[in-house]
Amino acid sequence: MRKGMIFGLAALAAAAGATVAAPGTARAAGEGIPLPKFEWSFDGIFGTYDRASVQRGLQVYRAVCAGCHSMDYIAFRNLAELGYSEDEIKAMAAEAIVIDGPNDEGEMFERAGLPFDYFPAPFPNPQAAAFANGGALPPDLSLMAKARANGPDYLLALMGHGYEDQVSDETLQEIFALETEKRQVQYEAALENYETMLEVYEERVEAGEDATRPDPPEEPQPVESIEDLGLSEGLSFNAYFPGYGIAMAMPLFDDGVEYADGTPATVEQMATDVANFLMWTAEPKLEDRKGMGIKVILFLLVFTGILYAAKRKVWADVH
Amino acid sequence: MSGFQTNNTVIKWIEHRLPIFSFLDHSVGSGYPSPKNLSYFWNFGSLAGITLVIMIVTGVLMAMQYTAHVDHAFESVERIMRDVNYGWLLRYVHMNGAHFFFIVVYIHIFRGLYYGSYKAPRELLWMLGVVILLLMMATAFMGYVLPWGQMSFWGAKVITNLFSAIPFFGDGIVVWLWGGFSVDNPTLNRFFALHYLLPFVIVGVVILHIWALHRFGSNNPIGIDTKGPQDTIPFHPYYTVKDAFGLGAFLVVFSAVVFYLPNYMGHADNYIPANPLSTPAHIVPEWYFLPFYAILRAITFDVGIPFTGVVIIEAKLGGVIAMFGAIAVLFVLPWLDRSPVRSGRFRPIFRFFFVLLAIDVVLLGFAGAKPAEGIWLLIAQVSTAYYFLHFLVVLPLLSVFETPKPLPTSISEPVLKGGGGAMAGAPAKPMEKA
Repeated sequence: MRKGMIFGLAALAAAAGATVAAPGTARAAGEGIPLPKFEWSFDGIFGTYDRASVQRGLQVYRAVCAGCHSMDYIAFRNLAELGYSEDEIKAMAAEAIVIDGPNDEGEMFERAGLPFDYFPAPFPNPQAAAFANGGALPPDLSLMAKARANGPDYLLALMGHGYEDQVSDETLQEIFALETEKRQVQYEAALENYETMLEVYEERVEAGEDATRPDPPEEPQPVESIEDLGLSEGLSFNAYFPGYGIAMAMPLFDDGVEYADGTPATVEQMATDVANFLMWTAEPKLEDRKGMGIKVILFLLVFTGILYAAKRKVWADVH
Repeated sequence: MSGFQTNNTVIKWIEHRLPIFSFLDHSVGSGYPSPKNLSYFWNFGSLAGITLVIMIVTGVLMAMQYTAHVDHAFESVERIMRDVNYGWLLRYVHMNGAHFFFIVVYIHIFRGLYYGSYKAPRELLWMLGVVILLLMMATAFMGYVLPWGQMSFWGAKVITNLFSAIPFFGDGIVVWLWGGFSVDNPTLNRFFALHYLLPFVIVGVVILHIWALHRFGSNNPIGIDTKGPQDTIPFHPYYTVKDAFGLGAFLVVFSAVVFYLPNYMGHADNYIPANPLSTPAHIVPEWYFLPFYAILRAITFDVGIPFTGVVIIEAKLGGVIAMFGAIAVLFVLPWLDRSPVRSGRFRPIFRFFFVLLAIDVVLLGFAGAKPAEGIWLLIAQVSTAYYFLHFLVVLPLLSVFETPKPLPTSISEPVLKGGGGAMAGAPAKPMEKA
């Protein structure tokens, strides 16, 4: 007899789940092709960071990304979590020049970085950063892996699979088909609008008013090449960047860095390492969180089981 | 009412001067008789109360670390996540606690809608609940602004701008709300002050809500009044243990999200610091506002006098009125549904429409997440129309035309499966004034 209630609530629950998922799907449908799904060591209940990969990612960040991208929320001392020794951290920090002060004489001064210093930013302010990069501000990377939907997948796809030299033919065809369809939809909407405008125009002419005849919309050309996408000058094609035009030129090349641990530095490897590193910078407490979660949930399951037994016992004389 | 008894001299001493023990006993103890047939849907009231406490505790602790300034807010939240001991836990509990608070409260509300918990003599109890919902929405909205991410800023901008739809005073009111000419530091400051204040106002209204509840006790799944001690059991230990079990089950699900999917219900854009010069591609509110957001955007037409071109209500104002109307209609619900039978179990046609309403709200939620155009706009408009039709037309008509199924004589009767002789007496009265 309470089917109605239960069905209603099931529908509500479905709504909760689905509407939460909806923004992501809306983006996939409205803006671009779906992201590929990659495997990550930090996925799942027992997920942890692949320390070696995160360390390599740090190396790539320092050698490649840090030229343009800041990392405001990471201090050198945080690197201890990645397994670096105190001396290694001190040495890395000392490579940075930090402006400190004012001193007792009221002067600002330069000094070598110390472990409590945050990673130095490549530019003194956002305006300087944008000016040096053709007007496009390179975003801070600390939170990048959480600031994009499916961040790690997005980052790896963007850096390792999205540029013109990297992208697979299948993906390109997918994009061309999608964009051709979008243009067709836009054209149909414009055509509808044009017909309404034309009616208004004809009414006005009949009434003897002044009117200019509206122009019909141009028929859309199918998208058959990257050029057909009409990206602005100075932008590079990237299959996974919203709008396909990204101001960052392809950042990674084979053997762009020489890994300290001897891992071959392929683009795929470097992109994976950077994505791992950026997930760590975005969510440094992930291992604490997942580790605690297991204990909390196991405790709650046992405790809730005991409460259920207690409930059964207390209620035995009512049923 | 069973009197409160004790042999403990300290308790006796206190009780004589401040009768707090008998008060507690009559509130949540053995001195509070409750219907014996409450289902697990009745767990969500106490769950909501506990969630409120969780929110206040984590919120107060975070307020000690948070900086309500546009230049530091985002950074201070990241400091909580990185440098404060267990700060990540506090924030993820608080953030997801808001989502779960709404999940729990929405289930609580739909339970009330189905079992007619808003009907006499519980009208004020229901209306106080609607006040709590409104306060929760205001609190959640302002709390979402505090991290000062992109969605915080643009959400604040969109929602405060709604007030500009008010004729004549609108623009002035918006400037007054902002404390300036845009969403800026004064806005963030006052939102923080109010976000800290409102939960305690909610606590106050919750106390009134519980007070009103205790006047006549809980409604129950068959919706008829308790007829005597055979229909009731003491709140303690029966419902304390049942609520405790429910809480445990709730915490398992809650923990699973906090520890393994903490950002699932949030929006990635809010990890980008607020930038007044860059509008996000889609400004989407949190999921619990989506049905109302859909209603807001469903009104795309001016309302005026036909064939004259005179506009009385512009589309924007119409949307705002519809959105607030969606909640206002709940206030008067006890007088819209006049059927004397409370529980949907005995109202077959009502039950059909109840399911329709649930689907309708789901559709509104979906429509709220999509851009307001094409098929989704149409769905939002049809669903909005049904939402109001349900409350303003369907329920009043059902009150008159629906023939309810015969009601059981008492709560004990169905519980005892056919009754036995436990409650000899009154024959079934199908249209009993419940």
